[in-house]
Amino acid sequence: MKELTFETMIAVFEDMFGAWLFWSLVAATVVITALYLYVLIRDRKVGWKKFLIAQVFMPIGAILAVVFVMIVTHSRMADIGGPIDVIIFLGIAGLGAVGMAILVYTVQSLLFRPTPDE
Amino acid sequence: MTLTTDRRGFLAIAGGAALAAAAGSNEAHAQQVRTQARIVILGAGAAGTALANQLVDRLDGARITLIDGRPLHWYQPGFTLIAAGLKPASYSVSATTDWLPRNIELIADHAAEIDVEAKRVSMRGGASVEYDYLIVATGLTLDWGAIEGFSLDLVGTNGIGALYAGPDYAAKTWEAMNRFTDEGGQAVFLRPATEMKCAGAPLKYTFLTDDFARRKGNRGKVEIIYAANNKTLFGVPIVNEKVRMLFEDRGFDVVHDHVLKAIDPGRKVLTFETPEGMTDLPFDFTNVIPPQRAPEVIRNSPLPWADRWTDQGWVEVDPQTLRHTRYPEIFAVGDVAGVPKGKTAASVKWQVPVVVDHLVSELAGTEASLTYDGYTSCPLITRVGRAMLIEFDYHNNLVPSFPGIIAPLEELWISWLMKEVALKPTYNAMLRGKA
Repeated sequence: MKELTFETMIAVFEDMFGAWLFWSLVAATVVITALYLYVLIRDRKVGWKKFLIAQVFMPIGAILAVVFVMIVTHSRMADIGGPIDVIIFLGIAGLGAVGMAILVYTVQSLLFRPTPDE
Repeated sequence: MTLTTDRRGFLAIAGGAALAAAAGSNEAHAQQVRTQARIVILGAGAAGTALANQLVDRLDGARITLIDGRPLHWYQPGFTLIAAGLKPASYSVSATTDWLPRNIELIADHAAEIDVEAKRVSMRGGASVEYDYLIVATGLTLDWGAIEGFSLDLVGTNGIGALYAGPDYAAKTWEAMNRFTDEGGQAVFLRPATEMKCAGAPLKYTFLTDDFARRKGNRGKVEIIYAANNKTLFGVPIVNEKVRMLFEDRGFDVVHDHVLKAIDPGRKVLTFETPEGMTDLPFDFTNVIPPQRAPEVIRNSPLPWADRWTDQGWVEVDPQTLRHTRYPEIFAVGDVAGVPKGKTAASVKWQVPVVVDHLVSELAGTEASLTYDGYTSCPLITRVGRAMLIEFDYHNNLVPSFPGIIAPLEELWISWLMKEVALKPTYNAMLRGKA
């Protein structure tokens, strides 16, 4: 690896997921993030009950992210072989968890407007 | 290297990188050198294509001609993955023209003769082209004829594999390996006594065959023999020692000083030349790798070393600059270059900028600053899901890209991720002259 450029990064992800899936993921991310910001601005506060429910879904997001990466890379848990592998693994799980929390919070906020007691 | 599925983190990195990339490209255009030079590149493989793209970016007005008769471009690092059933044959195949810049001339023919005095390359079709600078990037020839009794039609039958022969043969090799790891028997792996492309590949495939046998629960009925051509398993001593330990751990039997001379597909016997004479080894599965040499057009020219690799014909170049030692207007890059290490795509990636620097500097009348110190890299797969990211130079020193983060002699998942998902896009970026 000599250097890592933006184009190379895009190409890596396209190759990893296939161009169609990759750009769908990017589009989904943009839409979900925009909607998340929209509900935050619309409600002008964080709904703590919704936030709590979103947190409950975090482990599911973590597991889904890990399973997804393992499948596309023909890997297994047993392949984790050193500290950097553990860091990458935890990173994938963490990002899956956070992504899922944002998704769940956004969906709840879109479906249920905040009640006066929230 | 981040290889996660996170979208937001990725976009944040991407944003910063985009700015850096934009700044970089402006700089490159500002440095263009005006010239009328006629530059001929022999071969549109990894080296020739990357060179053409970089030269087009750096030179204004140069007449660049690329000579290659093959319509298809092969991503050769993918062959091992195809031969392990992880990717289809199409994974390694694209069109030569997919990667070429618009303002060059491609002669779709094979070079037949190089006249270094008249500075002219003649094609098999009769046409010829004159050059001011010649870059030899022909790659190498696999000398299948040197293995008596072998023919490429046999690949995929009788337990015979030959993953070096091309994407379709790699796929047939997988069929044979898949069958073998179902049924069991004795697998014999080997490498030729010549210089070869990716000296790690024979080892990887030995490891992968072992891994598939284990996954299927059939390791007990599989014997694995590795027939090394000399007294080592790998040319770099510290890596050799690590591979020796892994081979012991996996239960492979090793025989040394064995050079394959013949195969009897009917009797399923390989015949090796050893210091004690000819020796036969029976096989139920094997991966034939033949001797490797410079293409005939190079061997018949005055370009090869006169006193080294005389049976192989690699081009006599300065190992640091890749410039021909007797014909300063000629360079050699990639597999055909007569340097002691590195017939890999990673070497090409490090060699190309050096040749570009020396050529462009000469045309600009300035001093070149880059040198090549033999860097090469081998993601040595030790099973599906793990590899060792081995990088080294002319001096047999390890030169890790990520010291303290990715240990070179450890079997790691991240090294596998690099080989399986990151390598091809990086290679493609190199072809386009971007990396």
